[in-house]
Amino acid sequence: MLEPVSNRSESQSQQSSQGGAQLEGSEFLAFTLGNEEYGIDILKVQEIRGYESVTRIVNAPEFIKGVINLRGIIVPIVDMRIRFNLGTPTYDQFTVVIILNINSRVTGIVVDSVSDVTTLSADQIKAAPEMGSVLSTDYLIGLGTLDDRMLILIDIDKLMTSSEMGLLDAITVNG
Amino acid sequence: MTIDMSQFYQVFFDESDELLAEAERLLLELDIENPASEDLNAIFRAAHSIKGGAATFGMNDMTEITHVLENLLDRIRKNEMALTAEHVDVFLAAKDILKMQLDGHRHGAAVDLDAVSDIKMTLQNLAQQGGGQAHLPPVSQPVSEVVQPVAVEKQPSAHPAGKGYLIQLPELPEKDVVALTAELELLGIVEKKPLKDGKHILSLVTDESLDNIVAICSFVLDPDDLIITEQAAGPVAAGASAVEASSTAMDSGKSFLLEISDLSDKDMQTLVSELELLGKVQQQPVSGNKQSLLLATEDSKENILAVSSFVVDVDKLTVTQQVHAVAAASPVSVSTFDEGDFGLFDSIPAPVATPQISQHETKAVEDNNAAVPVENKRVAPRREADKAVASQETTSIRVGIEKVDQLINLVGELVITQAMIEQRTSTLDPMLHERLLNSVGQLTRNTRDLQEAVMSIRMMPMDYVFSRFPRMVRDLAGKLGKKVEFVTNGAATELDKGLIERIVDPLTHLVRNSVDHGIESPEIRSAAGKNPVGRLSLSAGHQGGNIIIEVSDDGAGLNRERILNKAKSSGLNVSDNMPDADVWQLIFAPGFSTAEKVTDVSGRGVGMDVVKRNITAMGGVVDIRSAFGYGTTISISLPLTLAILDGMSVRVGDEVYILPLSFVMESLQPAADDVKDVTGQGRLVKVREDYLPLIPLYQMFNIEPLYREPEKGILVVLQVDGKKAALFVDELVGQQQVVVKNLESNYRKVAGISGATILGDGGVSLILDVANLLRSSRQLITEPSIH
Repeated sequence: MLEPVSNRSESQSQQSSQGGAQLEGSEFLAFTLGNEEYGIDILKVQEIRGYESVTRIVNAPEFIKGVINLRGIIVPIVDMRIRFNLGTPTYDQFTVVIILNINSRVTGIVVDSVSDVTTLSADQIKAAPEMGSVLSTDYLIGLGTLDDRMLILIDIDKLMTSSEMGLLDAITVNG
Repeated sequence: MTIDMSQFYQVFFDESDELLAEAERLLLELDIENPASEDLNAIFRAAHSIKGGAATFGMNDMTEITHVLENLLDRIRKNEMALTAEHVDVFLAAKDILKMQLDGHRHGAAVDLDAVSDIKMTLQNLAQQGGGQAHLPPVSQPVSEVVQPVAVEKQPSAHPAGKGYLIQLPELPEKDVVALTAELELLGIVEKKPLKDGKHILSLVTDESLDNIVAICSFVLDPDDLIITEQAAGPVAAGASAVEASSTAMDSGKSFLLEISDLSDKDMQTLVSELELLGKVQQQPVSGNKQSLLLATEDSKENILAVSSFVVDVDKLTVTQQVHAVAAASPVSVSTFDEGDFGLFDSIPAPVATPQISQHETKAVEDNNAAVPVENKRVAPRREADKAVASQETTSIRVGIEKVDQLINLVGELVITQAMIEQRTSTLDPMLHERLLNSVGQLTRNTRDLQEAVMSIRMMPMDYVFSRFPRMVRDLAGKLGKKVEFVTNGAATELDKGLIERIVDPLTHLVRNSVDHGIESPEIRSAAGKNPVGRLSLSAGHQGGNIIIEVSDDGAGLNRERILNKAKSSGLNVSDNMPDADVWQLIFAPGFSTAEKVTDVSGRGVGMDVVKRNITAMGGVVDIRSAFGYGTTISISLPLTLAILDGMSVRVGDEVYILPLSFVMESLQPAADDVKDVTGQGRLVKVREDYLPLIPLYQMFNIEPLYREPEKGILVVLQVDGKKAALFVDELVGQQQVVVKNLESNYRKVAGISGATILGDGGVSLILDVANLLRSSRQLITEPSIH
């Protein structure tokens, strides 16, 4: 089960970067975690909502805040700030949850704020250098430059289905 | 413009599946001695519909089988052939083959072509034997004595000269007729009779099969133009045809033969219904593109033409009055025909009469003369039943399960929203907001009704499961040489679709076990003074919020001694003075079988543990009642639906969890003295006379609780698989029905949690997996690191 999913997400991400090259620009949702600005493929975003109280899941990693009821669907919420040790995880009326829909699995990620949607053309996306950061370059599409801004473009498909996130069953079984 | 047929495939597959299942059910229910005409008609229609569908989609292999099957069935339902047990067996086998072919087309599953041709052969043989082997009606009527020899004569082996065929040729040049005659003479003895308008009738006596004759003829002409009538032996045929005519010709008035060419089915129906206003109409099988109707009426030919002209072109229609006067179809008059009147071509105008009787039909009547006198009496009611069934419209629609689930989800949302509104308006002043509050009250009622209605969509009758067992029991009993009467009760009891599908395997296993181990062989039963026919009953019914399904047999019962011995020898912890109920539960232990010998049906000891596990996984309980020598009843209790469960909400710290109520025995606040520390074993609590392990939920789930001392909080006594434990929580919140949501659809399985639900305030609460909790608490205790 895991294999096909990850394969598919790879091929999809390849397609999306190629698609970006061909279509002269794909759209990214920009958000901030701490002082850094990130971008994810807008097509993976289902909706953006405020943070509401979650139900804790027992024995889950700290960055999985719990689950919420999203119109009858039980959706797990991941706090990216805890996951990547960025910023301070405060929860107030400005805390934003981006609801992602990846391969029809719905997941919410908590970020500090959402800024805008930007269109980046292929030549604006540079390969990410090996930084040894918390975010392995495996999960990055690249770095997007827009005027004086720099967006770290996350391959959200790959990230959310990775074993590090522990959101899928097969991974937990494999340890 | 081409239409993409593939979009209809699924519909055809689904429909055929249902039709096959239906046909099987009917076949099993058929009373062979006296088959109900509606059932025969229904089976025929099933075969016919599948044939139609298969032909449309170009699945010729299925068309071929259904075609032969349909022919046979048609003759049986028209009482031209008596139904025998052999027929039923073959039809069932044919159904299996069709199912296999269907799966072949659908999933690309392997199709056993040998089996396919075998069944085709068998069916064709049956069709050719006709009623030869069919059992005859009780020899009480003088008629049957006369006819019986004829029926016997029909068996190919009994007649040295082989079978006789009448071959009616269309208009052909003389030299073709001569050529054909010469060809046919290679097969047997041919006699040529010229008819009017250049047509010929050949009578052929041969050992060859009908197929071969058709094959030879097709060198010279189009087989569709050919009408071959099988005869027993030359002259006897005539009488039979007369019988056919007399049985169709009605008691009063004249009868007309209407031949219509190129008419659509729909128009045909319209025509038939129009003509029914005039008199009795009988539809004759189609030959070529011609359809014929036999109409018995007082009206004149002109009137018939006038009525018909609303529907068909008059020049496409020929109406012929049937000359022969055998109107009163009493058994006696028929029998005189059988004996005396051999003049087929004299009594009925040959060019008309013969075409109207398609080959298999005449053949059947002839072969089965014996049954005719009885049939005539049945003809009328049968036809009425025919119409009644035909007018039944289908009253169901096919909807994808995901649509239904979506609907259920939406309604679930609505219920929560409605609860919120109710909560928020409850604080309003009833005097000031009377109308608003009334509306809210109405909304509440409507929502509840809606929810109930929507939930009921997912409910399916147990019949869905039960219907597959008669066949299985029949086959099994046959294989094991046992006689079993199979009874079902409460097939209309409804159960959630999800559960229905999961109950099939366990039930199959239990039924199998009952036939194999439970019910004894007829000899043993007789020796024990029991009815040699065993009784196996499958019943379903509601009991509170649960559905109880019972598999019950009047067989040998469980042998306490043997189970105990077996348990001891396989190292299970048993004692001789265990209560019966506990002993019976032993058969659910893995690898446990008390069967003395392993059969290919059961006895390998795999299964009962799986049955138990499956049912427990569905939230069900298995219970056994048995008396040695008198039988065994296995009772399964299941929750009505997986989607809703009765829950008890409990609080620990500031978290609320739901406990499925079915596991909850009681709740209590223990006295401090009753809680004992056992070194390395955690804590025990004394509840009346029992010591139960104490499971502190806060410890299992790492919650900061309100209380750490059990005497301040609440203990909920839980029971799973007969094992009890006390769950220590802070307080009980309440009891409510909750809609179960899957946690895995967006997350993953969490140990100790079986699902989630949405509370009235829109928040999420997790449902505890009690079995898992009890298991992991034992690990928790046995792990030395945790004390």
